[in-house]
Amino acid sequence: MAIGKSMNRVDAYEKVTGQAQYTDDFFEGEMLTAKVLHSTIANGWVKKIDTSEAEKLPGVVKIVTCFDVPDIQFPTPGHPWSTEEAHQDVSDRKLLNQRVRLYGDDIAAVVALDSVAASRALKAIRVEYEEYLPLLSPEEAMAEGAPLMHEEYPGNILKHHTLIEGDYEKAASEDGLLFVEGDFQTQIVQHCHIEPPISYAYMKKDRITVVSSTQIPHIVRRVVGQALGIPWGHIRVIKPYIGGGFGNKQEVLYEPLNAFLSMQVGGRCVKLELTREETFICTRTRHAISFHETTGVRPDGRLVARRVKIVSNQGGYASHGHAIAANAANEFRHLYQADGALEVDVSTVYTSMASAGAMRAYGIPQAAFALESHMDDIALRLGMDPIELRKKNMMKLGYVDPGTGIACYSSGLEECIDRGMAYIHWAEKRKQYQNQTGPIRRGVGMSIFSYKTGVYPISLETASCRMVLNQDGTMQLQMGATEIGQGADTVFTQMAADSVGFLPENVHIVSFQDTDVTPFDTGAYASRQTYVSGMALKKTAGIFRERILDYASYMLQKPADSMDIRDSWIVCRETGEQLLGMDALAMESFYSLDNSVHITAEATNHCKSNTFAFGACFAEIEVDIPLGKIKVLDIINIHDSGVLINPKLAEAQVHGGMSMGLGYALGEQLLYDKKGKPLNNNFLDYKLQTSLDTPELHVDFVQTVDPSAPFGNKALGEPPAIPVAPAIRNALLHATGVAVNSLPLNPQKLVEAFTENGLLNGGALHV
Amino acid sequence: MYDIEKIYDAVSLDDAIRARVEDPEAVIIAGGSDVLIKIREGKLAGCRLIGIRAIKELEGISMDGDGCIHIRPLTTFSHITFHPLIREHLPVLGYAVDQVGGPQIRNIGTIGGNVCNGVTSADSASTLFAYNAVLELTGPDGKRTLPIAEFYTGPGHVGLGPAELLTDIMIAKKDYDGFGGHYIKYAQRNAMDIATLGCSAICRLNASKNTIEDLRLAFGVAGPIPMRCHKAEEAARGQLISPQLLEQIALTAESEVNPRTSWRASREFRLQLVRELSQRACKQAIIHAGGADL
Repeated sequence: MAIGKSMNRVDAYEKVTGQAQYTDDFFEGEMLTAKVLHSTIANGWVKKIDTSEAEKLPGVVKIVTCFDVPDIQFPTPGHPWSTEEAHQDVSDRKLLNQRVRLYGDDIAAVVALDSVAASRALKAIRVEYEEYLPLLSPEEAMAEGAPLMHEEYPGNILKHHTLIEGDYEKAASEDGLLFVEGDFQTQIVQHCHIEPPISYAYMKKDRITVVSSTQIPHIVRRVVGQALGIPWGHIRVIKPYIGGGFGNKQEVLYEPLNAFLSMQVGGRCVKLELTREETFICTRTRHAISFHETTGVRPDGRLVARRVKIVSNQGGYASHGHAIAANAANEFRHLYQADGALEVDVSTVYTSMASAGAMRAYGIPQAAFALESHMDDIALRLGMDPIELRKKNMMKLGYVDPGTGIACYSSGLEECIDRGMAYIHWAEKRKQYQNQTGPIRRGVGMSIFSYKTGVYPISLETASCRMVLNQDGTMQLQMGATEIGQGADTVFTQMAADSVGFLPENVHIVSFQDTDVTPFDTGAYASRQTYVSGMALKKTAGIFRERILDYASYMLQKPADSMDIRDSWIVCRETGEQLLGMDALAMESFYSLDNSVHITAEATNHCKSNTFAFGACFAEIEVDIPLGKIKVLDIINIHDSGVLINPKLAEAQVHGGMSMGLGYALGEQLLYDKKGKPLNNNFLDYKLQTSLDTPELHVDFVQTVDPSAPFGNKALGEPPAIPVAPAIRNALLHATGVAVNSLPLNPQKLVEAFTENGLLNGGALHV
Repeated sequence: MYDIEKIYDAVSLDDAIRARVEDPEAVIIAGGSDVLIKIREGKLAGCRLIGIRAIKELEGISMDGDGCIHIRPLTTFSHITFHPLIREHLPVLGYAVDQVGGPQIRNIGTIGGNVCNGVTSADSASTLFAYNAVLELTGPDGKRTLPIAEFYTGPGHVGLGPAELLTDIMIAKKDYDGFGGHYIKYAQRNAMDIATLGCSAICRLNASKNTIEDLRLAFGVAGPIPMRCHKAEEAARGQLISPQLLEQIALTAESEVNPRTSWRASREFRLQLVRELSQRACKQAIIHAGGADL
């Protein structure tokens, strides 16, 4: 069996030796360079653009402005298209925008012979604006008289809904409840994938090809068509290897503009690569979300009445829009069930800041910070161990979400918690670190989460797979699902090997997607591919096996059901005796003068299920109070992601997520000045963790076998990033008694909080 | 691609000065770790460069007959950190420049560039202030020397005359002999970061190692340019070492510095760091000077 083994990545050799090709590694003869002119105001209108000086500069081929683009608004998120108009993504932007909705909005573009000529042209373009007040928070955006970011959305509210289970007022009126309230705020962060968004486009005959670093090639094809108003069949999208996406490339960013620019220069090849600075402000971010929680709890720790108000800062364009805040709201419903009522009021509000979109775990890191911090606050008030409180209220096996029908088919959550407690020596250290004094103090904290696997039933889940038998008896495996660094190609290879009965080395996966030939899949997001695309693979494998066995039956004159395929051999099902090598079978099937059959299989699977993955993080920290610094002494994530297809890759996935979680907890945040101009859109001032800031990351797994899944597997791509920040915040609370309710927990904020709480005063330590 | 109009690689010091006289607006490039960033950002886009990397006489570390240590400006941070003379006599400087960026930057960045940029956050600056470094400047009219404290004239501004180059950084024996010290770079990250505050303390103790004979306390980012806290130093001189003395040094230093509020850090936060780091740096400096751990 290949599944469950830590086989080497199928792309390891290529990537380690530098042979793996990314978008920037291809050359198509002459390649022109495009650069985008970004607005230098956060809110307003472009009144006039003067390109006359820029056009005279040597090397400039073409300049287009927001006054030259098609009058078409299009959507950008990487969602499956909805055939129901009411559920379609919001179309609120053009290729270039006259209405400026954030600092760095796209207002013109230059095509030039090289990047120096393009940059010089950008500098020579003169822009006149009509400037509005920048809206730098949902409160400002919802205030009376605030300018509307989009005329169609009064009050700048993109969407609002209420999630109601039970009668809150009735539940809250129960005698003897203790009420705990809390305000929590998360910050704007960015994905920081190492490869910036990059694409190039060219035309041949009347068709346009776009090569792009994307998670979602088939969706890019659709959106390019929508944005340019051309038939989707005229567009071909190719996705090579990509240097990370984390949700930012689950978005159609600059591919439509890139295609448009190629068309503007007669189909010549045009490359458009963003700088890091542009990536921060002109692509997508993780939503900053505020939470107000009120919880009525019985003295024994049972949650009874829960009320949550969620306000999500969308930024200038809708992108994935309200789906993220709605997902955050669902986490309150999923992770704990009250013995009474839950009421969540959710709003997503346009502001004039960077547009927020999908980023690893889609609203749940924000919800987990608010929810899991609040749980520790409740436990503190009750004088109860935070784990006891959680175990009393958390999701149990068999739970069914009343809103979506998603059921808990398998849960290793309790065991995840127990293993974390044992690892970190929870009981002992919770006691040991009580009542500390002095400038350096330690604490332990934890948090848990649940996470769905894919997007069913909120969106369509569909995937397809193609298997082709080669002349030598190996298999060509084609997936619409994409390799984005997470190891998809490797786990699909393992799945295909086991599902068909081939040796893994006899499975050749086609890594690059090309929408002209690749079967349809919506792409890499929502931790869906091993589950959803895995189902398509398994279904296709069944057909493929059957066809191979039929041919074996013809060759060997034995009933097909008396045989099996193992290790790339046709074997006797009963005895395992090797009857016919796959190479011999393939040769005959191709070249038989009597019965030539090219054995292939292709199938679509429409996935109509979902399942919950779980996990926990435990952290031990040391706090240097006078310097406001948190040092993570020990940290572990324990995950129930069902059966692991490749344990080593799974571990690596968790490492990456924990690293992202640590940055989210301790340092990362995108800052703006009063005019809405980003201050730190670079890697010096945006405090992404370095290797020297990263402690040793420990990982453990509880492998449940999920009955709804193709291989017992559940979501793992996104979850590791979720529980780290609240675990550290709760460890800080344990160490110092100070509850810090906003992220990141950076030094200045901590020093201010310690001063406010009397732990610091003019340099002298009090407590 | 970098937008560079042209680059001239000078073959000698005289050649570099000549090139600068001919084109006063040309920018000197040594390691390039700052200049190239400014070109990329657009601030220096389209500039003309004079490269001085090939000028061997501007590189290296030596000690003269008087025990004065000469650090030539093109010496990279890595070479400074690992040089035997630095390790023996100026370990604080070797440690301080090892806090710059990451290994790649330390392999190309030069101490001369760090000083000539004139920024208050330069990791070499506070320690050079503490060691009373003297700079040698060479121009068309010959050489002159200047104490480092007079070289920094304002944020991003230094006292380089027209067509002058920094040609030597000198630290006299009296300024390092018998001293022990410590540098603390306070930044949000442990690498690849800019100092929120830099604190360098060097001290010399009496024979019985219980009294401070001399203390030099210098800061980066505590004001618009790197600075010394002379009052705090004076308060420490001749005093018995005690926790109370460290607190007094810290509070005196706080009264001397003048950090500003920026979006990177507030004045109040930086003052807290001045108080705390001056104590921690002095405490460690005392240990390195042979004193006891308080």
